[in-house]
Amino acid sequence: MASSESLEPQPVKARGLVKRYGEILAVDHVDLNVRSGDVYGFLGPNGAGKTTTLRMALGLITPTGGTVELFGRDPMRHGAGALEGVAGFVEAPRFYPYLTAAKNLELLAALDGDGARERIREVLETVELTPRAKHKVGGYSHGMRQRLGIAAALLRRPRLLILDEPATGLDPAGMRDMRSLIRRLADGGMTVLLSSHQLPEVQELCDRVAIVDRGRVVYEGALSDLRRQGGTRYRLKTADDDRALALLRSQPRVTMAAATPAGLEFQAQEQDAGEVSLALGRAGIAILALTPELATLEDLFFRLTEGSPEGDHGERVPVNGHGAAAVVGARAAAPAAGAGEPS
Amino acid sequence: MSATAAGAGAVPAPARHHVRRPSTVTVYRWELRKLISQKRTYLGFALIVILPLVFILFQNLHHHHGHGGQSIFEAQITQSGLATPVLMLIFLSAFMLPLVASLVAGDIVANEDGNGTLKTILTRSVDRGQVLAAKALAAFTYATVAVFLSATVATVGGIASFGFHSVVSLSGTVVSAGEGLALVYASNALYLIPTVAVVSFGVLLSVVTRNSAAAVVGTIGSVILLYIISGIPGLEGAHPYLLTEQFQAWQGLLRTPTDWGPITHSIWVCALYAVPSLVAAYLVFLRRDVAGG
Repeated sequence: MASSESLEPQPVKARGLVKRYGEILAVDHVDLNVRSGDVYGFLGPNGAGKTTTLRMALGLITPTGGTVELFGRDPMRHGAGALEGVAGFVEAPRFYPYLTAAKNLELLAALDGDGARERIREVLETVELTPRAKHKVGGYSHGMRQRLGIAAALLRRPRLLILDEPATGLDPAGMRDMRSLIRRLADGGMTVLLSSHQLPEVQELCDRVAIVDRGRVVYEGALSDLRRQGGTRYRLKTADDDRALALLRSQPRVTMAAATPAGLEFQAQEQDAGEVSLALGRAGIAILALTPELATLEDLFFRLTEGSPEGDHGERVPVNGHGAAAVVGARAAAPAAGAGEPS
Repeated sequence: MSATAAGAGAVPAPARHHVRRPSTVTVYRWELRKLISQKRTYLGFALIVILPLVFILFQNLHHHHGHGGQSIFEAQITQSGLATPVLMLIFLSAFMLPLVASLVAGDIVANEDGNGTLKTILTRSVDRGQVLAAKALAAFTYATVAVFLSATVATVGGIASFGFHSVVSLSGTVVSAGEGLALVYASNALYLIPTVAVVSFGVLLSVVTRNSAAAVVGTIGSVILLYIISGIPGLEGAHPYLLTEQFQAWQGLLRTPTDWGPITHSIWVCALYAVPSLVAAYLVFLRRDVAGG
């Protein structure tokens, strides 16, 4: 979804956010920019610092350094006032097991004020828990609790919805329905900050992403830009793969080239792949097949957080304009311009 | 959610508007509702209801066997039902009522921290100070109900067994039945002063330890420690400042004329325990990380 122009401060703005637990640096100078109308994916492996960052955003834990603002208000300075228009949950949503779902929502509505009590029936219907509203939450399944968590968030009529792994533990149908609900909310103009390590979920729902690894943001920006920066991977079959591989490695704009059991594989932008085919022709190497494979979010994610899934030894280059660095692929030949800044 | 329902039309995002925040009284009411909804809340109540009933049953048997009493109220146990609640307060005030008060005070923050519901309520429209104030008030309310429940059971049981008659005060003067009844409830009300200090300390431990068992045991353990200190030779000078010494200050009401000395002393000594505990609990709770659950 395109970001909408607004005079309102941006929903989430984090600058230099740091959280340290003794020797462990859980969050390392994280900058985030969630704009109004974004469905913003917050991606990272387990333990990357996603939940800690969200806890700081919601004022649950105090940053060691840096600031985070929700619609221009810092939860550390404005307390609950900073959460106006904000709802969501971190980790699994938690409720009072000895109260029914309806009573839990009544309690939370009382703590929200603003006529939230009148929306209980509506939000229960939205997540389809009306038939179980009078049942104690202690008997709820994980999926039902996740849905109740969404209902509790919607009670606040949020403009920013923060969801931490909302589909975790759901069966495939539950995951599909959860994504569908998030899509409906986003289509209505709600800004969504979705923390997840489920890449298909982020790829399907999000337009902008931040990828964190070991507490640092290694990419922040549009998902489409990330995929473009990642280049396209091509599979190549030639009459002479040895010479073709040597030629690929001599091409300055080819960011990765390797021999695989299925043939050659290289990575380049679309126009550069054309240059490669011309160079192969000039060298008298017959092309048997040249197939583009657009990088998936999964490819990019692994390249950013682990190197490539095939174990390419990449070098770290800045990709997000905030000084963070990311692995974008190995190169046997000369480094590309601007590459080589270590993290 | 079915795919059909979940795939229905977009849910429009609300426009920005100023949210009217709930009052601390609202949060307090819900703290009470949470207490009422939990079975373990009634464990403490059960203790302080059963004990007076057992006491009355024992006194009935005791009376039939013709044994005499030691203290002025024990001596009157069969002459006036009003002696029973006074004896029960003497007996329960030393340990049982502080234990019951600490059961909820030590649990009220730590339990929610451990279960993760603290983060649920702290991401709504109430400030941390409001949440802590409501929880402390709810713990005080529970302790108050426990004290008066015990007094009422003992009074009703005592009157039912031994009649509603005048009673002799600690000064040896005869007090009418009506006045005696008022003094029983006033004594229990005064006993709330040290109870507030116990509850405040329990709330502090609940905030700091984040562990219900540790907070409850820590609170009652501190009471035991003060009793031990009061028994150490050479520390007699500290006795007036021990919280446990204030547990009997209400007895000043049962003298004629009323002895206000121990009562006023108790008020400021208990404040020395309660106020720093609450201030410390507030300061810690305001800035502490909530990552439990």
